[in-house]
Amino acid sequence: MSAQPANNTPPDMVNIEIDGKAMQVPKGSMIIQAADKAGITIPRFCYHPKLAIAANCRQCLVEVEMGGRPIPKPQPACATPVGEGMKVSTRSDKALHWQRDVMEFLLINHPLDCPICDQGGECELQDVALGYGRSVSRYTERKRTVADENLGPLVATEMTRCIQCTRCVRFMGEIAGTYELGGMNRGEGLEIGTYIGKSIDSELGGNIIDVCPVGALTNKPFQFQARAWELIARPSIGYHDALGSNLWLHTRRGEVLRTVPRDNESINECWLSDRDRYSHQGMYTERLHVPMVKRDGTWHEVQWDVALKAAVDALREAGKDIGFLVHPSTSNEEGDLLRRLAKGLGSAHIDHRLRTLDFADAPVARAFGTPVAEMDKVGAALLVGSNLRHELPLLGHRLRQAVRHGAAVHAVGSLKIDQGYALAGETTVAPQHLPSAVLAIAKAASAKSELTPSSALAEALSGVEADAAAEAAFDALSKASQAVVVFGEMAATHPQASWLRAAARYVAEAAQAGFNELPLGANAIGLARGGVLPGEGGLDARAMLAQPRDAYVLYGVDLPYDLADDATAMQALLGANTVVAFSAYAGRSLRDVADVILPLALLPETDATLTNVDGVEQSLAAGATAPGQARAGWKVLRAVGGELGIDGFAFDDFAGLRADLHEAEAPQREGLCPREAAVGGNALTRVATMPIYRSDAVLRRAKALNDHPLTRGAAVRLHADDAARLGLSDGGRARVGDTRVLPVVVDTAVPVGAVWIESAYADTASLPPYGAALTLSKA
Amino acid sequence: MRATGNFDKVRDVDPQAVLSEDTRKHIDHWAAKFPADRKRSALIQSLFAAQVQNGGYLTDELIAAVAKYLDLPPVWAYEVATFYSMFELEPVGRHNVAICTNISCWLNGAEDIVRHCENKYGVKLGESSADGRIYLKREEECLAACAGAPMMVVDGHYHEKLTLAKVDEILDKLD
Repeated sequence: MSAQPANNTPPDMVNIEIDGKAMQVPKGSMIIQAADKAGITIPRFCYHPKLAIAANCRQCLVEVEMGGRPIPKPQPACATPVGEGMKVSTRSDKALHWQRDVMEFLLINHPLDCPICDQGGECELQDVALGYGRSVSRYTERKRTVADENLGPLVATEMTRCIQCTRCVRFMGEIAGTYELGGMNRGEGLEIGTYIGKSIDSELGGNIIDVCPVGALTNKPFQFQARAWELIARPSIGYHDALGSNLWLHTRRGEVLRTVPRDNESINECWLSDRDRYSHQGMYTERLHVPMVKRDGTWHEVQWDVALKAAVDALREAGKDIGFLVHPSTSNEEGDLLRRLAKGLGSAHIDHRLRTLDFADAPVARAFGTPVAEMDKVGAALLVGSNLRHELPLLGHRLRQAVRHGAAVHAVGSLKIDQGYALAGETTVAPQHLPSAVLAIAKAASAKSELTPSSALAEALSGVEADAAAEAAFDALSKASQAVVVFGEMAATHPQASWLRAAARYVAEAAQAGFNELPLGANAIGLARGGVLPGEGGLDARAMLAQPRDAYVLYGVDLPYDLADDATAMQALLGANTVVAFSAYAGRSLRDVADVILPLALLPETDATLTNVDGVEQSLAAGATAPGQARAGWKVLRAVGGELGIDGFAFDDFAGLRADLHEAEAPQREGLCPREAAVGGNALTRVATMPIYRSDAVLRRAKALNDHPLTRGAAVRLHADDAARLGLSDGGRARVGDTRVLPVVVDTAVPVGAVWIESAYADTASLPPYGAALTLSKA
Repeated sequence: MRATGNFDKVRDVDPQAVLSEDTRKHIDHWAAKFPADRKRSALIQSLFAAQVQNGGYLTDELIAAVAKYLDLPPVWAYEVATFYSMFELEPVGRHNVAICTNISCWLNGAEDIVRHCENKYGVKLGESSADGRIYLKREEECLAACAGAPMMVVDGHYHEKLTLAKVDEILDKLD
């Protein structure tokens, strides 16, 4: 009658009992992890499943019995590994006594300022104190106070509330990788801070607000705006990059007051980039509330029916010669309606690839070869023209985790970028030499693998030599069991991107590595699949501006910053007879060119689906209310298409619209642009990048992000040698071309022969594009 | 603790210029004792060498330079420099005089020695003499020489079984 069950424990598991509940848990895991999995609550502050175990708050003390004998001292559940036959009591008299005692210690110096604390109502300390704290404090001495630090525009501090759990310190080191916070002094004097007095400059810094269990670190733009219980949380998706981070919009009466991460292990884990977290401020700045029509050069606010009629008449009149420019974060549904609209009007000129300069290989965004969830497991990576931390912040974090586990990352590009870890190899050359640098790696690949390159590529390879750095980069990729080639924005927007892509893709195939091209826009993959691309005989985004059309439709385009060659683009748009704009904002440049502007809802305000870098379609429901008379894009398009009597606009609701979605993977085309001769003389080649917080219309209007140190402002950045040669000095000013005068920064990131001018600032708009030869002189 | 606000001054610090050759040699010596990826272990000795170079106290520039020289995040060096009482972060006199006041020394008259020194230089414990010669360090823990109580440490050298006369003799000999 033995009650012993047969021993069927797998070798890597152990049997333990928590609060009388028997379970099998992996060897080496901690008691708290086993308890969490079983749904048994143990109070804690310093433990965080994604961070290293510190065991310094002692709130999770439990009573443990091993081999039938009780361990006499309390054990911290977060740092006590499980063992065969272990019995844990989390709520025995002793355990509760210990937990209450620790709570009393933690509250000794914690101020009783919950009524004026932003964390009130969603505070871990408040919650645990309710369960384990005394109702009366026995402490009559003075509480200590801690001076605050200014951590920048995103994170508010009230360090007197800090309980020194060090979650924020560990986050900045382990996840963000910038090591900006530390524990200064010791004992009762221990304080969390930067010591030196700096702001948090990491692109992931906002997450310390979430990990902070008390009100020491709170959301600065959200400060004193609302209480947690006034807010309604609505699930949504990040729309500033193609990662598609899952998030919650915290709304009050339809207005987004803040954004917090929504756990999704395969995408953003439990983190959120600052770009997604703070962009909502931009939703309520300079928004267009009413439809507008231009009559005789002046703008009039009009009713929807008037504006729609104006738009429809203009489109009907323009007929076939309309160029459709669609912003690459436009949803799949809106994209498809625009495709139907262009088709119905007989125009083949429709494109979403606004930032692309080289269309020789008809590039379209494609899903990652190595999925996001695998990125922290790769053994080697090659970054081609990528500032990964700014392009896809949380992908940068994933790759950094791989590096922490020993991955070798090589980089080739036109800027020396701080990736947050030591690179195994780095080649930095001016943009005109970048194709040769990537071809050198392809050369190493062709010598060491069986894969034959295409004839055009083979011909180009015969003229290049693989140097030691190229060999090392390819060796690292081919030796690793899992490897990835990341093709960044600086490569994809390069004027000879087709060469870079062909070479990088060949390297990836030869090394059996995944090819991850970062999409230029949050939904570029979805729009490519949905066929928002030039039709038969249609012109691509650059060509339809270089060969001006009679009329244009601008959908979600923020002029002039969203277009690669904005000087040419503005000229074409100003010269057009008719420009119909669908936009959430009416900036000055847009008012200059447009004839009708129809106010759009932004993505969080509309039902939509977006396709992320893994090719996964994620749908989101409208979480916020569009201001004024702004309407969801699909409804506006439905009205326009219906009025025009075009096929495909007869649906009644969103589901009806989705039923007819077009989907086809665009064929991969080979093609290479002509190789240009290197610029000579005194000219420097421009490197143009989109600053992280200027990359779309909403971000450009988000105040806190634009006050952040990563928004550095317009400047000419160049190598010290070039500066000396041209007589320019750091902090001085330089004349760019004939008219523009910009501040000079001597920057170690820039190679000789290049000049780095970030785009999307008012002062850098309409400069010659990426790859153009610029003449600088002292101003 | 209020942040020092020196970030802009130290962000581009050049360790080769700020740290003397002796200091760098000392750091190299200590860094070589640990595995290449464990340079953090050499922080205490490295900071100490920088403090000696600077006449008894550290500046933010020196701390940042040490971190940069060891290729470590500066915040790790700030943590160590603020944690240990043997690092001075404010300017102090050039001779570090630490009189032990822990139990054995206290029972053997450490308080008299402290009072004597305070009167001699006209400063309180934790302050430096006006001529910048002597810094009377406030020692926080036992200095581990109870057998020779009362005792004091002058610039790292232990002096035991002290009398007031002996203290005067030792301190007067300092330059």
